[in-house]
Amino acid sequence: MMASKRPKSTGDKKNDSADSAGSSTELGLPDDIFPLVLTSGTQELFECRVDKDVTRESPYKILRKEEILKDMKTRAAVSDFHPIKQTVLNYPGEELLLMFDRDFTCGQNFYLVLTEESKKRILEPPVSAREDTAEGTSLDSPPCKTPECQPWVSLGSEREIEEESVRDSRPRLKYRISRVRRKFGAPVTFTDCNAQESKDKYTECTSYDDRKFSIERMEITTGVQAVPTLRSISTQTRWTYPRNMCSQYEFREFTEEEKENIANSENFRNFVNSVVSRFEVAAQQNMIFDVFFNDWQALHEEDGIFGGKVETHLKEYQSFTDLHFTKEKTISDINWHPTINGLIAVSVMEKLSSEGKINGSAKLLQNPPLIFFWSFSDPINPQLLLECPDDVLSFQFCPSNPNIIVGGCMNGQVVLWDVSAHADRLQGTRSAAGKATSANECALPAFQDKRELNTPVVRYCAVSGVENGHKARITDVQWLPENFEISKAGIPVENKAHICVQVITCAPDCCVMFWDIRLPRVTTHSLTERKPKVTETPHLNRSDVPNTFKHLDLSWKPFIKVALPKKGTGAEYSPLKFSLRDNINDNQTGGSTETSEQNLEKSEGGTEYALLRASSAKQLKPLEDISTRFYIGTQDGEVVYTDWKMEKDNDSGRLLSTKPSHCFLVHDGFINSVRRSPFFKDIILTVGGWTFAIWKEGVMNGPIIHSSCSPKKCTVGYWSPSRPGLFFIGKEDGNVEVWDLLEKTHEASQTQNLSTTQITCIKPWIVPPKQHFLAVSDHSGTLHILEVPWSLRSPSYNEKSNMAKYFEKEVDRLIFLNKRKEMRAKEKKDKEAEEQKKKMEPKMPEKLEEQIEEENLVHYKTYLAMEKVILKNMGLLSDEEPALN
Amino acid sequence: MNWSFETLKRIQTQKGVQGIIIVTAEGIPIRSTLDNASTVQYAGLIQQLVMKARVTVREMDPQNDLTFLRIRSKKNEIMIAPDKDYFLIVIQNPTD
Repeated sequence: MMASKRPKSTGDKKNDSADSAGSSTELGLPDDIFPLVLTSGTQELFECRVDKDVTRESPYKILRKEEILKDMKTRAAVSDFHPIKQTVLNYPGEELLLMFDRDFTCGQNFYLVLTEESKKRILEPPVSAREDTAEGTSLDSPPCKTPECQPWVSLGSEREIEEESVRDSRPRLKYRISRVRRKFGAPVTFTDCNAQESKDKYTECTSYDDRKFSIERMEITTGVQAVPTLRSISTQTRWTYPRNMCSQYEFREFTEEEKENIANSENFRNFVNSVVSRFEVAAQQNMIFDVFFNDWQALHEEDGIFGGKVETHLKEYQSFTDLHFTKEKTISDINWHPTINGLIAVSVMEKLSSEGKINGSAKLLQNPPLIFFWSFSDPINPQLLLECPDDVLSFQFCPSNPNIIVGGCMNGQVVLWDVSAHADRLQGTRSAAGKATSANECALPAFQDKRELNTPVVRYCAVSGVENGHKARITDVQWLPENFEISKAGIPVENKAHICVQVITCAPDCCVMFWDIRLPRVTTHSLTERKPKVTETPHLNRSDVPNTFKHLDLSWKPFIKVALPKKGTGAEYSPLKFSLRDNINDNQTGGSTETSEQNLEKSEGGTEYALLRASSAKQLKPLEDISTRFYIGTQDGEVVYTDWKMEKDNDSGRLLSTKPSHCFLVHDGFINSVRRSPFFKDIILTVGGWTFAIWKEGVMNGPIIHSSCSPKKCTVGYWSPSRPGLFFIGKEDGNVEVWDLLEKTHEASQTQNLSTTQITCIKPWIVPPKQHFLAVSDHSGTLHILEVPWSLRSPSYNEKSNMAKYFEKEVDRLIFLNKRKEMRAKEKKDKEAEEQKKKMEPKMPEKLEEQIEEENLVHYKTYLAMEKVILKNMGLLSDEEPALN
Repeated sequence: MNWSFETLKRIQTQKGVQGIIIVTAEGIPIRSTLDNASTVQYAGLIQQLVMKARVTVREMDPQNDLTFLRIRSKKNEIMIAPDKDYFLIVIQNPTD
């Protein structure tokens, strides 16, 4: 039995049961039972007392209908049966069943069964107290039976439908509106009307805020989604964005005042005090000893290449001979081309004796002597040939313009060549042998044989006049460097043009001449002198000769002639070679291509030599640091130290050269080389006869080093361009000796034989970066190019300073030697004087002897007296003792 | 002023010394024997280095302090003596 209550509908169902206990329309309760309350009086009356007559086991009690009615009559409204009065009256049977509801399932403790059937049902078959599935049992009793269409049983739902449906509550009203007929179709004029003007044309219902009215939304249809908890947070971050900005700053500095103030402050004072002492210690430490010096590494440099054979020999790189021209000829001079690597020029001359020369002079015209230009790329054919008027003994490239070459000839003439026309050809010689034939080729009648590569022959473009030049063969020609030039008085002045313009030559005719390739200044005298020579030999008009030096041709004169008179005697020195102190071109190597390239650019711009004029000495500034003194090696083996400055002779007013200051006869043959060291400006090497000597400028006592006589004559000498202590000596027997002064000074450190004839010239050259060559020529006309090995070309550690120290030592030794000599000489003199004195003494001795004896006696007596006194004082001698006699 | 000059001269006449600079602790030069551009450059750079060096030394041991700093390079040596408020910088060309 369900005790749940159904919500009472608010309809007009007249169900009287205000009595909550006695509602017969309770859900779940069958209609045939009626819960009842029986008081104890009633219970006694009907003998259904709880727990006495009616128990759980037997909850039934049959009640007679009449008794119930009787009770109802007697007690009327108070009777417990009152509520079911009608039902009881209607009860068909005689007996009613009263059930005891112990558990109050129906709401009361008793209930009355109202129908016979249920009475029976309860009594006869024992039915469980809980009969809740009355409907359920009825449902599943008929299995699988199609439900039949049942007539509609209204359960009260029509009421709701009725409520919902919409019906007219009253009949609809009908209105009819019509217009007067005459107004139909009448023209209508419409006008605009502003709605806001007249308020009566429209009505509006504005919205207003109704306070009383509020709609509260009671029911909302929303969708809900479960999401994780989100939190919205914001932070302020630094937003950097690119922006064009520039800032300008300058260092913070103090003004002068502030600086002064600070400097004067006490603080500063203290600071300086405390700090200075530290510094003195530190600075001195540095000076005393170099802590960071890496001995190990320094050691390595001396060793050189490890492993493998250490090459010390000069390797033969290439050799050049020309079979056509250099038969029976010797090479007199070698010069490397200053700018083009691999190009070397060689002057060739006859090696005949003077007699042979006279006899063979006829051949000269047919076979003019030549200067050969050899290139490494072509060992067979020379690149260029320079024609010379006579055998050239010495020549040099102009350092500022390598296309100009000056040479000195056998006949005393100075020759100039200009090979600018062939410069391209020469330049191209480094690559494959140039096959281009030059336009300037000429075929001299003597050269009949055709060759594949027609080597051009360049004629000289200027020679000095025979009467103005030297009277003997020119043995040495040098260009003056471009940083200074010599004025007429012999004073070195600055060279504004910065090109080489002056040449110095020397010859055994006892003078050294200075030449200028520019025309002299226009003076009144020169007008007559500068008349061109009328006797023009045919070769002057040749078109292939460049006109660079036409102004000098045959009229060239030296502007200074330095004579070399000997001291004491009236004779003169005959110079063969000379060496200037400030001649930077003396030892040119390939490394100095920079300056020469600059010069090349300048000269390619076109220096017209013809237009250059020698400037007046007054306009140019004299240079103080150029020394005008130079060394000369003579034919007799003397080394002369002289000055080229011209002095004004007081008597005649002419400019005369000064007398040489020093002269040393050291060598026993003619001197063939006078060379300055490329590392020390005041060290000179002279080679002549069987010895060589090294001199230091300023030390006038003699050579600081003088070698011993070697078995063979020394024919040429040259310093090494990369090692301060190394030089090469060529010998008569074709040997080249390498002398290393730091290794051995009594003999050559290395000797190598190159040919069978004597060595005539040695010239080293450096091709940067690492190739060192030595050009050696011999008497048979062959030019050997040797490669200098690493050990001979790279200086050892500190070699220069070692050499300097060595030379100083030698100088000291020399000075000491001289002093000793002087001392010895003095001693000797003194000794002699003494001897002289002694010899003179025997005249006097007789007289003196007696005197001496007397004197001795007197001395002796005084001695005795003294002895006595002393002994007396000492107490050793008693007065009585007789004096010793 | 003269007197400090004298002392500085003493250092300067030592062999190999190329230049002397005195700077404040902030790196502003007070006295110098070099040209202005180099002075200012040295001052700025070296001041930072000295600060760093000093911090390094003090971090190791707070009782310790930097007395002298020497920087040896291929071409020369820079010696720095720091103090409370100033430093002295000397550039020297060592034994050659």
